[in-house]
Amino acid sequence: MEQQIDNLLEKFNLEQVDGLNEIIEKYRVDPGGIIPLLEEAQDLLGYLPINIQKQISDKTNISLSRIYGIVTFYSFFTMTPRGKHTIQVCLGTACYVKGGKKIAEIIEKEFEVKPGETTTDRRFTYETVRCLGVCGLAPVIVVDGEVYGKVQSSKVEEILEQYK
Amino acid sequence: MRKIKIEDLIKIKKHALINRELSEKGIKIRITVHMGTCGIASGAQNIMDALIKEIEKGKQKDIAIITSGCMGLCSREPLITVEIFGQEPIIYQYMDKEKILEVFKKHILGGKVLAGYALARGKEEQIKERIKHNGNLPNEIVLDRTIPGIEEIPFFSNQEVRVLKNRGVIDPEKIEDYIARDGYRGMAKALTEMTQKEIIQEILDSGLKGRGGAGFPTGLKWKYAALSESKIKYIVCNADEGDPGAYMDRSILEGDPHSIIEGIVIAAKAVDAHHGYIYCRAEYPLAIKMLNKALGQAEEFGLLGKNILGTGFDFDLKICRGAGAFVCGEETALMRSIEGKRGMPRPRPPFPAQAGLWEKPTILNNAETLANVGQIILKESSWFANIGTEISKGTKVFALTGNVNNVGLVEVPIGTTLAKIVYDIGGGIPEGKKFKMVQIGGPSGGCIPTEHLNTPIDYDTMKKLGAIMGSGGLIVMNEDKCAVDIARFFMDFCQEESCGKCTPCREGTKRMAEVLTNICEGKGKEGDIELLEEMGEVIKDASLCGLGQTAANPALSTIRYFREEYESYIKNKKRSVSSRRVFKPF
Repeated sequence: MEQQIDNLLEKFNLEQVDGLNEIIEKYRVDPGGIIPLLEEAQDLLGYLPINIQKQISDKTNISLSRIYGIVTFYSFFTMTPRGKHTIQVCLGTACYVKGGKKIAEIIEKEFEVKPGETTTDRRFTYETVRCLGVCGLAPVIVVDGEVYGKVQSSKVEEILEQYK
Repeated sequence: MRKIKIEDLIKIKKHALINRELSEKGIKIRITVHMGTCGIASGAQNIMDALIKEIEKGKQKDIAIITSGCMGLCSREPLITVEIFGQEPIIYQYMDKEKILEVFKKHILGGKVLAGYALARGKEEQIKERIKHNGNLPNEIVLDRTIPGIEEIPFFSNQEVRVLKNRGVIDPEKIEDYIARDGYRGMAKALTEMTQKEIIQEILDSGLKGRGGAGFPTGLKWKYAALSESKIKYIVCNADEGDPGAYMDRSILEGDPHSIIEGIVIAAKAVDAHHGYIYCRAEYPLAIKMLNKALGQAEEFGLLGKNILGTGFDFDLKICRGAGAFVCGEETALMRSIEGKRGMPRPRPPFPAQAGLWEKPTILNNAETLANVGQIILKESSWFANIGTEISKGTKVFALTGNVNNVGLVEVPIGTTLAKIVYDIGGGIPEGKKFKMVQIGGPSGGCIPTEHLNTPIDYDTMKKLGAIMGSGGLIVMNEDKCAVDIARFFMDFCQEESCGKCTPCREGTKRMAEVLTNICEGKGKEGDIELLEEMGEVIKDASLCGLGQTAANPALSTIRYFREEYESYIKNKKRSVSSRRVFKPF
C-alpha cells in the first residue's frame, strides 16, 4: 500500500492524494457512485492514469477491470495528462452545417494536434464534441468552459491568443 | 423555512404576483436579462454586470434586475426586456456593453425608446391579450409605434407556447416565480384529489406520447409500471439530450427546472414510486446547476422529500451526471450508467416498466414529456388534447437551426407543416439561397426534401418519409449542402458512438461510414449505393438497440431523395449538388 502511495506521489502532490481519498470516501458506499467518483477525481487530478484507477479499485473493492472499462467507455475520462487549457470544437449537426469542420481544421493545422491530443507544449488539449446545445450560435467553440458563438474561421487564432 | 401545505401554494402565488407588480412608488422599472447558455455565450453576463454597476453608481432603488432563461430566439441574443411602470415592455436584441449603456441612459433613465435596437413591443405572454386589444393594452402607454408589436412577429405569433410557457418570464432560481405561474398546483391536485388510477387515466386520455423520439404513449408506460407489485420502483427522467442539433431539454432544464420536478413527482404518485433520478448529460453544466438549485429549493419547501405538502407521500430525487456517451440516451443503457457501469444497452423484454434500474420496475420519461405532465393534471386532458392531430395530441418543441434566418426553439401543435416552421416561423433561408432539405431527428432521423415541405409533422408521417420525429432537432440546409456529405457526417457520428456490443451496429456503421467517406473522397465505385442500401437494411433489422436500428436512416433517406447526387459523385469522382430538388421560397 505504501509503495503505491509513493507511486502516486511521483505524479501528484500530497494534497491531491488526500483530496482523492476524500472523494473515494464520499462515494464508497453509494451503489452507483463510481462514475461521479471518477468525474470528481478527474476534476481534481486532471486525468486518471492507471495507478489512480488502482488506488480507487483498492479502496472501493470495485475491480480494476470494471473501473478501466468505465474510464475507456465514456468520452469524458482521459488517461493522459491534459494541457493547461481545453479547446472543444463543436461538431454537432448545426455547427457542422455552419462551418465547424473548418474551424477544427484550422486548429489541427495551427497546433499540430488531432482530436483528443494535447499540444507538445501542454498549452492546449484539443477535443471535438457532439453538440453542446448552443445550436443557435453555431458554429461554437468552448475554451476552458467559456462558450464562443458564431465563430468566424478568421477569428479562431484571435480567440486562442488570450489563452497563454 | 417551514414545510408548506397546499393552501400555502396559493398564498405564495399571491405574494409573488404582488412582488412582481411594478408601481409608481415601489419598484418602477424591471430589466430582465435572458441568461440561458446561448445568452451567456453571446455576452449576457457582461450586460448584467454593466447594468448592476450603473445602478449602483446612480444608487437607484426603484430599478430591479432579474435573470431569466432563454426566450427562444437564440440567434438574436443577448436579449433583454425593459419594463417601466405604465408603459409597454420593450425587448432589445443583439445587446452589447456599449448598447446597454445607451439603453440605460436614454430609455431607462431618459424615457426615450431606442427603436434601432429594439426587437419588439410587449412580451410573449401578452400576445393573446394584445391581439384582443389591437396591439395596445389599455393600461400601457405605447412609446414608439415604429417598433413591431410582439404579436406581429411571426416567430412568436405562430407558436403555441405550452411547455415553454415560462420561458423568459420566470427566474429559474426562484421557486416562488414558478409557483406564481400555477406551478406545483398539478402536483398538489394529483397528491390530494386523485387516485393512482385517475392520474394514469388522465394521462392516457390526454394522448401524451414520449417526446424523446419513439412516441410511446406515456400513460401506457405508467400503467404497466403501476401494475407491477414490487415495493421498490423508480422514476427516471431522461435528460441525456445527445441528439446533435436538439436542445429543447436543455432550455427547459435551465429555464424552468421545476416543471420537470413537478412532472416526476406526479409520475411517482401514479405508480407508487418513492425514488427517482434525473440523468443529465455532462455537456450541460448550467442545466445541472439550475437543477441542483431547484431540487434544493423544492426540498426546502417540502415539495420533495418526506411527507410532501403534508400529504404523507414521500419521494426523493437525485441528479445523475452523464459522462459523454450518446448511447446513454437509450433507456437500458442509461440505467446501466446510473448503476455505475458501462452504458451498454440490453435486449428488451423485460421492459424497464417490469425490470429496470437495479432490476426494479422503472419508468423512464424524457424531460419534455415530464414538463407537460403538471399542466395536463391541472388543466385536464381535454385541454391538452384540444390541439394536435387526430392521433397525436399536444405540442412539440423543435430546435430550429442551420441555414435559416430565425434560429431558436419553436413550440407548435403536432401536425404543423414543415413549411410553416421553416418559412413563417423561421423566416426562410438567409443570403437569398434556396432551400434544399431539412434534417429531422438527428443521427436516427432522415432528411425531408422540398416536395414534402407541406407534410404535417407527426410521428407517423415522418416515419413514412423515412425520417423520425426524434427529439425534435430540425436542421435546415440550403442548396450548397451536399447530401452525401451529410450522410457521411451522421454515419461517422453513429460509428463513433456505437457502444460495440452488437456486431451489426459496430461493424455495419463502420463499413457504411467507410463507403460514404470513399465516395466523398472521390474513390466511390459502382455498386456502392446498392451496398449502402443492403447494409443499411441489415443494420436496421439486426441491431440490438435504437441507436443501431436507426443509424442507417440518414444514409438511406438521402439515397432515397438525392440518389442522383450519389450517382454523379461516384461517376465524376467529385461533389455535385443537384439542382433538381431545390426551389425558390414562395
